Amino acid sequence: MAREVAALSRQERLMRSLSRGPVNVAIIAICLLWMLPSAGLLVSSFRPRNDIATTGWWTAFKTPFEFTLANYEQVLTTQGMAQSFVNSLIISVPVTVFVVMVAAFAAYAFAWMELPGRDAIFLVVVGLIVVPIQLTLIPVLRMFSSAGMTGTFPAIWLAHTAYGLPFAVFLLRNFFIALPKDLLESAFLEGASHTRVFLRIVMPLSVPSLAALAIFQFLWVWNDLLVALVYLGGFRSVAPMTVTVSNLVSSFGSEWHLLTAAAFISMMLPLAVFFALQRYFVEGILAGAVKG
Amino acid sequence: MARVHFENVTKRFGDFTALRDFNLEIEDKEFLVLVGPSGCGKSTALRMLAGLEDITEGSIYIGDRRVNGVPAKDRDIAMVFQSYALYPHMTVFDNIAFGLRLRKTPKDVLTTKVKEAAEVLGVDSLLDRKPGQLSGGQRQRVAVARAIVREPRVFLLDEPLSNLDAKLRVHTRAEISKLHKRLGTTFVYVTHDQVEAMTMADRIAVMNEGIIQQVGSPQELYDEPVNVFVAGFIGSPAMNFFEAEVVEDGGGVSLDGDGFSVDVPDDRAEEMRPFLGRRMIFGVRPENIHDEHFVPSGITAAPTTVKVDVTEPMGNEVFLHLLAGKTKLLARVDPRTKMSADDEVEVVIDMERMHVFDPESREAVRG
Amino acid sequence: MRPRLATIAWLYVLPAFVLLGVFLVYPVANTVYLSLFSGRDTSAFVGLDNYRYLLTHPETVIVLRNNLLWLVLFTAASVGLGLILAVLSNQVRYEAIAKAIIFVPMAVSFTAAAVIWRFMYIYRPPQFEQTGVLNAGMAALGFDPVPWITNTTLNNYALIAAGVWMWTGFALVVISAGLKGIPTEVLEAARVDGANEVQIFWRVILPMLRSVMLVVAVTLTINSLKVFDLVYVMTFGNYQTDVLANRMFKEMFTFGNFGRASAVAVVLLLAIVPLMLLNIRRFRREQ
Ligand SMILES: Nc1ncnc2c1ncn2[C@@H]1O[C@H](COP(=O)(O)OP(=O)(O)O)[C@@H](O)[C@H]1O
Ligand SMILES: [Mg+2]
Repeated sequence: MAREVAALSRQERLMRSLSRGPVNVAIIAICLLWMLPSAGLLVSSFRPRNDIATTGWWTAFKTPFEFTLANYEQVLTTQGMAQSFVNSLIISVPVTVFVVMVAAFAAYAFAWMELPGRDAIFLVVVGLIVVPIQLTLIPVLRMFSSAGMTGTFPAIWLAHTAYGLPFAVFLLRNFFIALPKDLLESAFLEGASHTRVFLRIVMPLSVPSLAALAIFQFLWVWNDLLVALVYLGGFRSVAPMTVTVSNLVSSFGSEWHLLTAAAFISMMLPLAVFFALQRYFVEGILAGAVKG
Repeated sequence: MARVHFENVTKRFGDFTALRDFNLEIEDKEFLVLVGPSGCGKSTALRMLAGLEDITEGSIYIGDRRVNGVPAKDRDIAMVFQSYALYPHMTVFDNIAFGLRLRKTPKDVLTTKVKEAAEVLGVDSLLDRKPGQLSGGQRQRVAVARAIVREPRVFLLDEPLSNLDAKLRVHTRAEISKLHKRLGTTFVYVTHDQVEAMTMADRIAVMNEGIIQQVGSPQELYDEPVNVFVAGFIGSPAMNFFEAEVVEDGGGVSLDGDGFSVDVPDDRAEEMRPFLGRRMIFGVRPENIHDEHFVPSGITAAPTTVKVDVTEPMGNEVFLHLLAGKTKLLARVDPRTKMSADDEVEVVIDMERMHVFDPESREAVRG
Repeated sequence: MRPRLATIAWLYVLPAFVLLGVFLVYPVANTVYLSLFSGRDTSAFVGLDNYRYLLTHPETVIVLRNNLLWLVLFTAASVGLGLILAVLSNQVRYEAIAKAIIFVPMAVSFTAAAVIWRFMYIYRPPQFEQTGVLNAGMAALGFDPVPWITNTTLNNYALIAAGVWMWTGFALVVISAGLKGIPTEVLEAARVDGANEVQIFWRVILPMLRSVMLVVAVTLTINSLKVFDLVYVMTFGNYQTDVLANRMFKEMFTFGNFGRASAVAVVLLLAIVPLMLLNIRRFRREQ
């Protein structure tokens, strides 16, 4: 009797997973659909120029296999992608450090210090998060021009740092304010100064949040096109990869062996960061879902 | 209005067996309480009855119908959850009306029923509020109102009082008992609190580690626990246990514990004779140990010398933590007692009311 | 309990305030002012002429129409797909992998995505073998290939599809987190109350996700208004696909009309202000 019942419930379970069938099919289909565009790009970037121009990338899996690294070699050397990769790093890394530092100080003040009009000012910061940077391009470009800074890294560092701040301050302030109050107050009671509490308690406790912000900020700057286009003035020597790729599109719109390889090079680091640090990335997204 | 029957029910989560060979018959209109320590499988049993968990083996019947595989919505049961599980986006009215709406109840009937249920629970003035605007006690009442409004055949409650403060809990306990009488529906009530079980139940099923230990009325469980677990679980403060050897003592029988000894009264001596020379587990409830100066009439046992470790005056009674040799005993004595910590004193242990258990099986030994 | 040292507090916020003031607050105000002038040097005061031009000239009316198209379709499709995928993936064991796959495009640049989708949309005349996935599909189904990027009735949708591909992952992740936040006991209560799975979805899950979906929708709406890179790289706004952000860039660098560029930016800001206020209100309520 007991065995019979067990068998029945196993059957029930089977029925249930079968009724999930359509769900599985739908999800797997959508996932494949979602991967298809990137897969095409990746496969094509390794195909010889003539093959890309005349046949679809899905035919690459028919024998004889013909794959090559020539496209990568070409974009890295003759199209300046190697230089651009370095430029992207020179732009993104310092900006990330600046944003996290400046924002952490400000966020601590907004969370734990007494500042006249603190909450009202913070609302302005929340509002600034969504202000389109288009609103700043002309005056800032003019400032840089008159200071002779267009086309220089310091110009784009400054601009990007400022653009990243509202979201960064918002995110960190919300993380900081959620720290246990008792912990900070007992430190103050023992006579610790703000600077000490900030550096010795708040920052170490917030490493995951700081990491989330840093990843976010890094990807944001790494992936930016507009700011670089406007303030770097199209100088090839300072152009990050987004600018170079976009230039390749306008000059060699159908040279797909170049475009696919270049685009993939520009995606490699973000993808690596994403897969290695997905948890922080998602955390940042959830914590700052207001960022536009 | 239906009886409920668990027949050889077993529940496994992967390799872990949460419920083993569970057999229980709940009579129509009965208030049955499932009680046991946290994690013993009470909720699992209730959730299988509700249709929220699959049944691994065995059968559950509601009325005459075997409900294995029947979805929760078709079982005609209602349930109050520990967290109340109110729909946060709906008003109190809509929360209570939800089940009726799903059953396409005509609007006028629905309104009347919702109002009635709300009145019974005293939440009729809150109908327009959302759960977020209610206190814990109010939420609990809404959860109960939502359950009774459908007039289910069986009414399930999973620790419905555990999120209330102590005073409200005592009050609500009585309210739920009244509600049961008024509705005349089968109630299955889960709690880890034996006081709740004792005060509310018609019958109690005591569970431990997925196994039913004993089923019976509160008084039966109190007076005749079938094993050490039930004896220790039911009653507060808990029963004292000690191991002692049963010895012949000049025609009578006495118990030789670790560093102390007590006589067995004559009318229970016969019952102990088969165990002469064996160590057994003995259980004595705290209220059956008395200050020798305040022994209720009819108790004739000779006093035993013990040492007082700590006293806890409660006003209407005093708890004495005693050391009889190496054995710790808790006594609940008359508040006029003069005993104080570190005294060597004489107490009367009413061995007429002792419980005896086999040390191997830990089952009660019956005379 | 805390030391009251306002000066230190000011030191903490000073760098942020200076940067925000110089690179955000002042330029925004200045741009609003500049939008009332014309020419590269913005010396001639023209009042609201720049705005009149934007709202009436056929070319810029198309820009506004396109942004509206983005706003509605991009937002609705991303939120809708995100919701469906969140609910579906919640039921399978490989949920984390499925979510990561949908989410990956969020990590790459719009520029790379634009290349990816131009590649998807490659058009070759019917006599040639199609090398773009979409047109190969069309050919396989027996249809003529479609010039997705230049066909003015389809190209906006083609661009929006690329945007949806990038941002559905965002909607999915946030909505999925909201879904996980719904206590299982509430869903069980509904089941016991007699609801079937479809009723539970419409009457319990969806209303309980309302505020999360609103957050996602606001974010996506703001993004739809700001969309730049995808359009810039895929079409540069040609073939009637232009949008405000790209138009502003064009007015600046192609036409050298800084006043009109400023006016485009201000229109963008005006469209976003209501959403900004919504965010501020929500923030205040959450405090
Ligand atoms: N879904 C589940 N998966 C695995 N184990 C579970 C699950 N639900 C309950 N358990 C386990 O079953 C045992 C009984 O749980 P439960 O019935 O909730 O206990 P309680 O008596 O406190 O209500 C516990 O050990 C618990 O960890
Ligand atoms: Mg439980």
